[in-house]
Amino acid sequence: MPYVPTRYFCLIVALVTIAIAFASRLATNDYFFFAGYVVLQYVVMATAWNILGGYTGYVNFGTAGFFAIGAYSAVVMHKLFEPPLIASIVVGGFMAGLVGLGMGYLTLRLRGVFFAIATLALAIVLQTLVTNWDFVGGARGVYIIRPETGPFGHPYIQYLFVLMLALSAVAICIARAIEHSKLGYGLATIRDDELAAEAAGVPTLRLKLIATVLSGALMGMAGAPLPYYVTYLDPSSGFNLAFAVNSIAMPLIGGTSSWLGPLIGAVLLATIQQIATVTISSALNLLIVGVIMVAFVTIAPNGILGLFERGVRARRRPAEKEAA
Amino acid sequence: MFGLLVNAIVAGLLLGGFYAAVSVGLALSFGMLDIANLAHPAFIILGSFIVYTLNIDFGVDPVVAGVLALPFFYVLGSAIYQIYYYSFERRGEEALRGLAFFFGILFITEVALILIFGVDYRFVTAPYIGPSLYIGNAELPLRMLVPFMVSIVMVGLLQLFLSKTFIGRAILAVSQDDLALKLMSIRPQRIKNIAFAISIATASLAGACLIIIQPVEPSIGRDYIGRVFAIVVLGGMGSFPGMLTAAMLIGVMESLTATFYGPSWSPAVAFGFLLLTLAIRPAGLMGR
Amino acid sequence: MSALLQVEKLGKRFGGFVALEGIDLEVTAGERVGLIGPNGSGKSTLVNCITGALRNESGTVHFDGKRLDRLPAHSRTRLGLARSFQLPKPFHSMTVAENLHVPALYTVNARHGQHLSPAQIDARVDEVLTQVGLHEKANRRPRDLTQIEMRKLELARAMTAEPKLLIADEAMAGLSHSEVDDILALLLRLNAQGVTVIMIEHIMRAVTSFSQRLVVLVAGRKIADGAPEEVVRNPEVVKAYIGE
Repeated sequence: MPYVPTRYFCLIVALVTIAIAFASRLATNDYFFFAGYVVLQYVVMATAWNILGGYTGYVNFGTAGFFAIGAYSAVVMHKLFEPPLIASIVVGGFMAGLVGLGMGYLTLRLRGVFFAIATLALAIVLQTLVTNWDFVGGARGVYIIRPETGPFGHPYIQYLFVLMLALSAVAICIARAIEHSKLGYGLATIRDDELAAEAAGVPTLRLKLIATVLSGALMGMAGAPLPYYVTYLDPSSGFNLAFAVNSIAMPLIGGTSSWLGPLIGAVLLATIQQIATVTISSALNLLIVGVIMVAFVTIAPNGILGLFERGVRARRRPAEKEAA
Repeated sequence: MFGLLVNAIVAGLLLGGFYAAVSVGLALSFGMLDIANLAHPAFIILGSFIVYTLNIDFGVDPVVAGVLALPFFYVLGSAIYQIYYYSFERRGEEALRGLAFFFGILFITEVALILIFGVDYRFVTAPYIGPSLYIGNAELPLRMLVPFMVSIVMVGLLQLFLSKTFIGRAILAVSQDDLALKLMSIRPQRIKNIAFAISIATASLAGACLIIIQPVEPSIGRDYIGRVFAIVVLGGMGSFPGMLTAAMLIGVMESLTATFYGPSWSPAVAFGFLLLTLAIRPAGLMGR
Repeated sequence: MSALLQVEKLGKRFGGFVALEGIDLEVTAGERVGLIGPNGSGKSTLVNCITGALRNESGTVHFDGKRLDRLPAHSRTRLGLARSFQLPKPFHSMTVAENLHVPALYTVNARHGQHLSPAQIDARVDEVLTQVGLHEKANRRPRDLTQIEMRKLELARAMTAEPKLLIADEAMAGLSHSEVDDILALLLRLNAQGVTVIMIEHIMRAVTSFSQRLVVLVAGRKIADGAPEEVVRNPEVVKAYIGE
């Protein structure tokens, strides 16, 4: 593939985003926006997970926790100030990034497996906190009244859809910019061999923290509009394990080596689930996601991208193999 | 106030004994073999539901049912290790994909149980569920005491097995150094397979203990993930005495928290301990 | 003349096991020092404590007038202390050339008053690759390299960091006679350019011909330090190391 400089890449993404936003005006049914929102939300989540998981090699099982921090930050903001949603998204991202920084600082000095375990436990503890916090509804949950229309007079769900679309574009641009930057190089050395990375002058702890904060903040931002989307939020739906499974399964199935993998994985898996929930039960739906994920990590460790590349390489001569 | 405190501590010790049953398998797999089996709590829930089925449909005593299910769990563990070894360990990819693999297994087990049994709480019946012993003011409910004893016996037998038998010592050796075993012409993955299978087998009895103590539904396994890893790390990874001490400590802390702040806070206790341990003393309480 | 590297009373234990005790070591700028000792004598532990892969519990390490032993490993590399690993640790998802970009970006460019442009980095990487003879493999992945090429990549990555002191940890283990000479020539050339070299080695022929001074570790203690021909005659060394 020819190399496209990051600024042109972002320009292309922006144009595609605007095109999709306008094309979506053709949709006559609100169901399209409800379903599209979920797919895009997973694009953000999968891309965010991959910044730490795919580029750096540190597994975050607490995606549901970071996501819920965003969602509950928005609830708090809504109850206190009723600010514009964009402000809540920024605050949600900030809070999730802050939690990522704190937990990362405590556990990222150790082997990756401890970080993974800590993230898993974090989601459970955050859920405990929220369950005991009456201001945000506690275990009973909280109702948020969704405004009729967005700031430009369109139905609110369309506004949510466009917001999530923009967030996806931002996430993809960030991921892609990292890939081709000095930071991206540094993160890859951490994934390959941390001791050698330090010996080559890479400040591994600092880079891991940057990746954790970026990734966590994007997840928090993806979670912030959730209360307005569902209108009723309780801890078990905010911290749903399905968020965690999906946002890990999607990059692993799509391929973790570049921004394209999580995008493919998210669009594919989330669309299938949106269609399947109508026809089969949501539990069976999730079982299928789990089985596909396990199958991919055991049989096709480089995901769909890896399968595709292998196919291309088989047709080309090996000498033409170039540095991606 | 004093009576409350004594009762809370006694209840905590009993709870801690049960936590040892839940954690002993992980002390073996994660502590000694370095396999971060995130799905361990899910296997325990699976154990609970198998015990539930045997108890409700065939009237088998829960503890006996747990013993009956041991061979099944042993075979299951052996099979999972085979997949893990060929797909991850041999390729040196256990870090990212191995973790994702176990996470997937955790999830699949949970959802499969939901599909089969639904999300309702299930419980078993046995003569020791209900009555209590009293020592002075302290109440010892038998539904806590029986799992406590099952757990201590199980941990003790495993400790004996590791220190007295040839295979047990080989497991200890593999946890120290693969190379030593290779020189003795024993294939490490053969020993690891046995050890991992045993670690999963403990989930059968731990599952029996769990469903004796409290009603079980498929997703409560998640509450145990932070807890079991906290106990194993706090206990110094591969050491059973350390694990037992850590289990008792966390049991007592949770019991005190539940008594004085309310039960909905206790899941946070283990996590607090885990983070503190990782931040301050990653070698664990008893670690060197 | 003051020492470039000064290790004083350095101690390191693993649990109850004392890996290093009271190690004193001085290395002068421009020197070629050989560090030898039987397996498990603590050579690699000493290297790891000096470079920051491990933290020493007691004693101090000074390098170029600065105290090192509380600094993370990457800061030590930036100060001019580079190492190669006993078991090569290439960045396997990158090409050979990209492997060398890492120290250029993160070490050379992180030093005060230096900033290489992308073109200068490419030129520098090219130069090092030519010097070690890996130029033709620049766009290959580490998994395509032979054993000796892997060792050369390990050294090349350390060289790209433009170190004042290079610690070569068994850079020749498992290589053939002529390959050993190849690496020796490379290290000698580097030393001639002004880089101080500490060589840890099992191959006595290589280490005695290379070193101006030999340091011997046995069971975590330094038992000899001096000219190679004296050290190899030292009865304690003969008993503990060569005689076994």
